[in-house]
Amino acid sequence: MTTIYTDNNATTMVAPQVLEEMLPYFSELYGNPSSMHSFGGNVGLKLKEARQKVADLIHATPEEIIFTSCGSESDNAAILSALAANPDKKHIITSAVEHPAVKSLCESLEKKGYRITFIPVDRMGRLDTDLLYSSMAEDTALVTLMWANNETGVIFPVEEIAQKASEKGILFHTDAVQAAGKVPIDVSRIPIDMLSMSGHKIHAPKGIGVLYVKKGVKFHPFLKGGHQEGGRRAGTENTASIIGIGKACELAGEHLKEMGTRVKAMRDHLEAGLLENIPASSVNGERDHRLPNTLSIGFDAVEGESILLLMDQTGICASSGSACTSGSLDPSHVLMAMKVPFESAHGTIRFSLSTYNTMEEMDHIISVMPGIIKRLRDMSPFWKGSEAR
Amino acid sequence: MWEYSDKVKDHFLNPRNSGVMDSPDAVGETGSLSCGDALKLFLKVNDNGRITDAKFMTFGCASAVASSSALTEMVKGLTLDDAAKLTNEDIADYLDGLPKEKMHCSVMGQDALRKAINSYRGIQIQEKPGNVVCECFGVTDLEIIEAVKTNSLDSAEDVTCYLKAGGGCGKCVEKITEIVATAKVEA
Repeated sequence: MTTIYTDNNATTMVAPQVLEEMLPYFSELYGNPSSMHSFGGNVGLKLKEARQKVADLIHATPEEIIFTSCGSESDNAAILSALAANPDKKHIITSAVEHPAVKSLCESLEKKGYRITFIPVDRMGRLDTDLLYSSMAEDTALVTLMWANNETGVIFPVEEIAQKASEKGILFHTDAVQAAGKVPIDVSRIPIDMLSMSGHKIHAPKGIGVLYVKKGVKFHPFLKGGHQEGGRRAGTENTASIIGIGKACELAGEHLKEMGTRVKAMRDHLEAGLLENIPASSVNGERDHRLPNTLSIGFDAVEGESILLLMDQTGICASSGSACTSGSLDPSHVLMAMKVPFESAHGTIRFSLSTYNTMEEMDHIISVMPGIIKRLRDMSPFWKGSEAR
Repeated sequence: MWEYSDKVKDHFLNPRNSGVMDSPDAVGETGSLSCGDALKLFLKVNDNGRITDAKFMTFGCASAVASSSALTEMVKGLTLDDAAKLTNEDIADYLDGLPKEKMHCSVMGQDALRKAINSYRGIQIQEKPGNVVCECFGVTDLEIIEAVKTNSLDSAEDVTCYLKAGGGCGKCVEKITEIVATAKVEA
């Protein structure tokens, strides 16, 4: 059985070119980039190259790039730094649909006495920007918003919001973990103060992240110790992975156009095929303002884990928006914030594509899914018609 | 990914007795769409009070389907009196165990069975006894106390695994912790 991998918002395959770049730095080129000898120093030069490539992807300068261990660390570092830089400000604005890396931290800060405004979204996953702007206050230290949602792919109007925050002198951070490599990002044009990225979502390995900090923005290190990363993030560099994410960013830049064309066409084909062949199915999120690779689709009266396990039997990998896979019991906080009805929220599946997918794979998924959904609906007490038979 | 036993996988992939039963003698329903799982159990009962056939309709995860399938296999041939003694632990044991977080699926099976038997016997099921503690899943204090005593539960987290209570908005977790503490002293 061949595997069809459509779970790229969860993690991606390490690109062969990325792995190839990394391999020597696990074995013969093991030097410490901070060393005085050229054996280590040469690794340092390679890191410099990688830093430049990461900066290029988002139109930043290398000095503005800090390597971290993951997207979650970048988010934590950004938010805590913003608070440390503004000790007299106790208010944070975020959204109701953030990734747990931001959501959980904000909730814990709330318990410590910070005021957190969680801006709601509408049924299409769109942010209530009027409320967001009117929530900006004297004591607002930070606005932190995801660029694109991991579950639905819905894109927030980051440019406009960053502009408004900047006008009011409020720091703006964006979690761009899902957006990077999928849509163009240009921090030279948008007043973004901090931006988080993750390696393993863009075909670099797990365990490497990036935090962009705009030149001139005060930064308080999350991890204190050595002088690495310009004293902004201690710890001996994860050299192989930094080199990997550099290569991955270079490739992501080259593939950006393909994301918006070929990958989007595959996603649209999959979406149309599933909607056409499976009754009572519906797309979650605003279709026109979405990542080109993401499809969140709900199937009424069936449950996500069961769908995923039957898909797994045929080699198709995806995620669900349902609870049962995660250990929590409510449907995902994102779908709940969007007020997606329980009927389809519990039966929501997220397909997330990459440039490695093919149209044939989409056709295969379209051919298999109707049978899976029917099989579960045939034993669901909530499926219309089951009573009548 | 859950670590399911081979039996759970088998009963999920090849459910026994799924589907609607024509003119059942007893029906027991539990769960709801908002809860994320639900089971409708159908029974045929002969004049001697013995269950001759059972079928189910289930909405839910793999372990919910497997628990329902197992339940129908287990009750066939039992007298109503013996069936009434089945517990959620029996269902889980039949499946070679369920992940702790999925024990509520076996509880759902036991609940549907009890309701079916009560309806057959003409016992009016009134509103749930006790006071609702968890509003997300409509679980009462008496249900929590019973689950703590029969399954030797230790914490609010355990209660969530068995009854789902506390697993939604989480507002009632403190209250559940208090009930668990009291029930453990009594047990």
